[in-house]
Amino acid sequence: MNKTLLILRHEFLHTIKRKGFITMTLIVPLVALLAIGVIQLVSGIAEPTVEITTIGYVDESGGFQQYTSQGNITLVRFDTPEDATKAMVNNDIKEYFVIPSNYASTGVINRYTLEKQIAAPPATTTAIKNFISSNLLAGKVPPATIDLIEAPLNLVTTRLTETGAVALEQGGFGNLIIPGAFSILLLLAIIFSSTYLLQGLVEEKENRLIEILLSSVSARQLLTGKVLGIGAAGLVQVGVWVISMPLLLSLASSTFGGFIGTIQLPANFLVLAVVYFILGYSFFAVLSASIGAISSNSREGQQLIAIFTLPLLIPLWFMSLLMLLPNNPIWVVLTILPITAPVEVMLRLGISDIPAWELAASIAVLGLSIIGVLLLTIRVFRTYLLMYGKRPGIGEIFRSLRNG
Amino acid sequence: MPAVEVNHIVKSYADKAVVNNLSFSVAQGEIFGLIGPNGAGKTTTIRMMMDIIKPDSGDVTILGEKLSEASKNKLGYLPEERGLYRKLTAIDSIIYLASLKGMDRHSAEEKADELLNQTGMLPHKGKRIEELSRGMGQIIQFIVTIIHNPELVILDEPFAGLDPVNTELLKRMVADLSNQGKAIILSTHQMNEVEELCDRILMINHGRSVLYGKLPEIQSKYRSNSVLLEFEGKLGEVPGVTEKRTHKGYVELVLDGKTTPQQILERLVSTGIVINRFEVATPPLNEIFLKVVGRNHE
Repeated sequence: MNKTLLILRHEFLHTIKRKGFITMTLIVPLVALLAIGVIQLVSGIAEPTVEITTIGYVDESGGFQQYTSQGNITLVRFDTPEDATKAMVNNDIKEYFVIPSNYASTGVINRYTLEKQIAAPPATTTAIKNFISSNLLAGKVPPATIDLIEAPLNLVTTRLTETGAVALEQGGFGNLIIPGAFSILLLLAIIFSSTYLLQGLVEEKENRLIEILLSSVSARQLLTGKVLGIGAAGLVQVGVWVISMPLLLSLASSTFGGFIGTIQLPANFLVLAVVYFILGYSFFAVLSASIGAISSNSREGQQLIAIFTLPLLIPLWFMSLLMLLPNNPIWVVLTILPITAPVEVMLRLGISDIPAWELAASIAVLGLSIIGVLLLTIRVFRTYLLMYGKRPGIGEIFRSLRNG
Repeated sequence: MPAVEVNHIVKSYADKAVVNNLSFSVAQGEIFGLIGPNGAGKTTTIRMMMDIIKPDSGDVTILGEKLSEASKNKLGYLPEERGLYRKLTAIDSIIYLASLKGMDRHSAEEKADELLNQTGMLPHKGKRIEELSRGMGQIIQFIVTIIHNPELVILDEPFAGLDPVNTELLKRMVADLSNQGKAIILSTHQMNEVEELCDRILMINHGRSVLYGKLPEIQSKYRSNSVLLEFEGKLGEVPGVTEKRTHKGYVELVLDGKTTPQQILERLVSTGIVINRFEVATPPLNEIFLKVVGRNHE
C-alpha cells in the first residue's frame, strides 16, 4: 500500500479510537437531545396549563369598566389605591395599576407590584394597553374595528423571483436553522480535527518518533497522510452529527410544533457545506501542522493554534448584526477572508443571498491560501520538525522561509 | 560496491557549517564507528544519510544509488532519543512502522514474533508501550529498526540505558547482522563499545573528519612506543629503554625510538627474568579521542 495511504489509515484509526473524539462525536447529539428534553419539561408541552392571572386597577379617570377579560389576565376594579394595595398584600391580586384623573391629557398609567422587575412583563403591558384602548373606543367604533386596532398587523411576506413567480426559497428563520446549526458543527469539527493533528504531531516530535517516520517517508507524505487521515475522521464526526439531525428534528417538532415545517435548506447548501468543510478543514489542518512543527510542546502548540482558530468565531459573534444588516460590506470581507469564510458563508446562506462572484472569490482565495500555506508549511515542517526544546522566533521563521 | 558512500557533504545553519566537506564510505558487512564529541555534527550527518534533511552540497549513495523514497526501505535507523506511540501496543507499533518500510502486514507480524521471541519480549507484545519499561521500549525500537531486513543499519547510542544482559543481547544481534553482510554504522560515546565492535571508524569534530580508517591502524599511529611487561625476577637496566613506569601489576618500558619491541623482547629474555606478559602498548581509543578532540579544541 502507498505510504501516504498507510499514514492516512493509521491516523484515521488512531483518531476515531481516541476517547476525546468518541466523547465529542456522541456528546453533540446527546446535548441536543438533552436540550429538547429540558425545553419540553420547562414548557410543559405535553399538558400545557393555562394560568389565569388577576390584576387590579383603580379608575380615577372614569369610563373604564368593560373588557376586563384580556386573554389569561382578568382585571378587577378597586375603588381606592389603598384597597388595591391591601388586596395585593393579601395575594388576592398579583399587581394593580391606577388610571389617574388626568390620564386623557398625560397618558400616564401608574403600575404597582411587589416583585422586583426590570420592566413590566409583555403580557401584562399588552393586556393593560388593550383594556385601555378598548374602553376608549367602546361605543365609538364597531367591535370588529376594536379587534383590528388591538392586533392591526399580521405581515405575510412572499419572496418573488425576477419573473414574478413565487421563489422556492422563501427565507425567514426556518431558512437559518440548518445553516446556523451546521456552521457551529463545522466550527467544532474544524477546531477538534486541527487540534488532533497538532497534538499528534507535537507528541511525535516530543518523543522523537518523528525521526523514525521521516527516515521511512518524506515530509510531504507524512503531512498529506496526517491531514487526510484526521480529515476523514472529522468527516465521520460531522456525518454522525448530520445523520442524527433528522431524528433530533422530529423530536424537536413535538416541542416547537409547526415551526419545524418552515425549515428550508438554502439552494446549493449541501454542496457548499461539503466544499467549505473540506476547504476550511484543509486550511486549518495545514496551519496546525506548521504550528506543530515549530512548537516544542503540546501546551505551546495549543496556545498558538488558538490565535488562528478564534477568528473562526467572529461570524457567530456578529450573527445578530448580520441578521439586522445583511447587506453591509463587512460581510463580504468576512466571506472572502480565508480564516472566517467557512463559518461566515454557512451563516449568510441562511440569512441572505450571496452573489455568485463572492462565492467564487471566497472559494478561490481559500483554495489559494491552502496551497500557499501548504508550501510554506512543507518548508517549516522540514526545518523545524527536528528542532527540539526551543521555539523559533518569528524573524527566524521568516529568514528560513526566505532562504528555503 | 560500498553500502554507503558519502561524498563531500556540507550542511550549514545560519551561515555556520555544521558538517563541512565530509567524505567516507562504509563497506557491506562492516561495523563502522561514527564518533565525535557532542555537537560535532554526527546526528546531522546521520540525518543526511537517512534523507531526513538534504545536504547543501555533496551527495550520499546507498548501495550504489542516490537516496530516494525507495532506498529508504533499505535503511534501518535507531535514533538516540527513543520514542514510540505510547497508547499503541508493542506489536501494533512494530507492524505500523514496518509497513512504512514496505512490509506487508502478514510478513511484519511473522518477523515481529520471531524477533520478539529472540529478545524475550514475546510475552509483552500485546502491552501498550506506556506499560513497558524504558529498556523494553528500547528493545522494541531496535526490533523496529531491523525488522524489514535493511541493508544499512544506523544505530545511535544503541546500548545507552540498557542493563548488561540486554546490552550483550543487542551486541550479539548487531554482530549477527554484520555476519549477514549488513553494513552497520554505530554512533556512540562509549569508546569501549567501538573498540569491541567496530572494524573502522570516523571521528569528526566541528563537522570535519579528524580520524578515519581501520581501528588497529589508528591505534598504531597513536602508539606511544612502549611495551607493557609482567614478569618475575629482578629487572635491571635494559639497553634501548629510556624510562621505566611502574603500574599496578606491570611495568611500562618506554623505548628510545631506535629500538624495536622485538629487540627489547630478545634482550629481556637474555636477562633471565620470567616473562608472564609482553605487550606492545596500544593506546585505548578513549585516549586517542581525548588527544584528538583536545588538540582540536586548542
